[in-house]
Amino acid sequence: MRALLDDVIFWVLALLAVAGGLMVFRFDSMARATYALLTSLLCVGGEVLLLGLDYLGVVIVLMMTIEMAIMAVFMVMYMMNPAGLMPMTMLHNKQGAAAICAVVFAVLAAGILLAPWPSRRGRPPDDPTMDLGLSLMGPQMLTMMTLGLALFATIVATVVLATRRGRYDRFGDDLKARRADDPVRGGTGR
Amino acid sequence: MPDAAPLWAAVVLPAALAVAAVVTAGFDAVLSGSAERGPAGSLREAGLRATAPLREALRLLVQQPRRTTAADRLLGRLGVVLVPVAAVLAGAVLPWGSRAVSDPSVGIVWFNAMEALAWAAVWLAGWGANSALSLIGGYRFLAQGLAYELPHMFAITTAALGAESLRVGDVVAAQDGLWFAVWMPAAFVVYLLSALAMAFWGPFEHPLARDTAGGAAAELAGVDRLVFLGGRWLLLVVTAGFSVPLFLGGGHGPLLPGWAWTLLKTAAVLALLVAGRRLLPTLRMERYMELAWMVLVPLTLLQALFVAVVVLNR
Repeated sequence: MRALLDDVIFWVLALLAVAGGLMVFRFDSMARATYALLTSLLCVGGEVLLLGLDYLGVVIVLMMTIEMAIMAVFMVMYMMNPAGLMPMTMLHNKQGAAAICAVVFAVLAAGILLAPWPSRRGRPPDDPTMDLGLSLMGPQMLTMMTLGLALFATIVATVVLATRRGRYDRFGDDLKARRADDPVRGGTGR
Repeated sequence: MPDAAPLWAAVVLPAALAVAAVVTAGFDAVLSGSAERGPAGSLREAGLRATAPLREALRLLVQQPRRTTAADRLLGRLGVVLVPVAAVLAGAVLPWGSRAVSDPSVGIVWFNAMEALAWAAVWLAGWGANSALSLIGGYRFLAQGLAYELPHMFAITTAALGAESLRVGDVVAAQDGLWFAVWMPAAFVVYLLSALAMAFWGPFEHPLARDTAGGAAAELAGVDRLVFLGGRWLLLVVTAGFSVPLFLGGGHGPLLPGWAWTLLKTAAVLALLVAGRRLLPTLRMERYMELAWMVLVPLTLLQALFVAVVVLNR
């Protein structure tokens, strides 16, 4: 009974995820395309929950919701026809893209069907997320930490380079101004 | 450790949250009424003011919905409906006394994820109407989210860190002796601020502010408006209610049973928020953004560091 229910949930989520992914390319409107993608990703989060990876599943839901809500802003900003009021298409190089998709799908499906999956030994761990994390990056934890710091430093550096008004614009060339010269007053009053 | 609640709790939960939302809205209406028109002269007058939100809800039920040109009805409706749905889903991990509708091992992350859904929903509702003012309201809430979400996440992470668990039941159990609000005051205050911001209510109602004729809700009328604004009250009740298991010891307390303590503490937090609203003007987002990132993020990080050191030395 439990297994049957799991199967039903798996297939419903899987079909919804694929349908959402397809609709990203069918919709005219950037807002709809973004939220179709979010639907698809939420379904993937559901599938991960179904695997018993509670933490990863809920984090996927959390991160993807925030990410897509922000991405909608950029999609609307940069794409022509944001609201779907004029005809447009998200597809470029249709035949090439279709061929690539078909080949990737075939390779992945063949991999799933042909791989010699091991049968379960022992019983599932109490906290599968912990075990997954350990097996993914256990021996490379130092590398991962360094990588995380480097990525974060890159983000900060990019923002610093891209920002139009730096501290010299705000506090004068000698950084001695007591109040920042900001176009909009307020904030912490510096 | 809370026991699993019976199945009917899942049915009772939305109704209980709705009742709490109506009572809170009534309390706010009484305070607003006495601020605008002086204290209520008679008991009847006070009752009339307290039931004003209910009468408004009934009026909205029969009001004609508004149609706008070339509206994205699918996304707009989705946004409107998602607000109360996300609030109730977040409420599923709220423990009442020693029981919650559900107490998953990652309850705190679940709560945060549902809040994020409500955050996206307001933008959808603002976008759907194809109206400039409501779109401005939607964008304002996105900006607001960027301001409050980081300090908020650090605040709830701090509570989880103190209990060394993401399970809400464990967080309550860890406060058997000492409430987290006592030794994590910064995280508690930041949580209360972000609870208001999350419900885009009170000083954080900029997304729905008067200067944009109602912002994200500008074009909503009839049932749509009822569901959206009612969902906002639900969100306020749920976020305020979640501060009880996180920081105020959940159902722990002398004499009274757990559910009574939960109710009392939730009512106290809500009363504090509703009464405190009258002390603060509506905040512009760029102002709160700077405060949030320059002051609150370092503050909550220091708070988390302090808690981490305490936990390591335990």
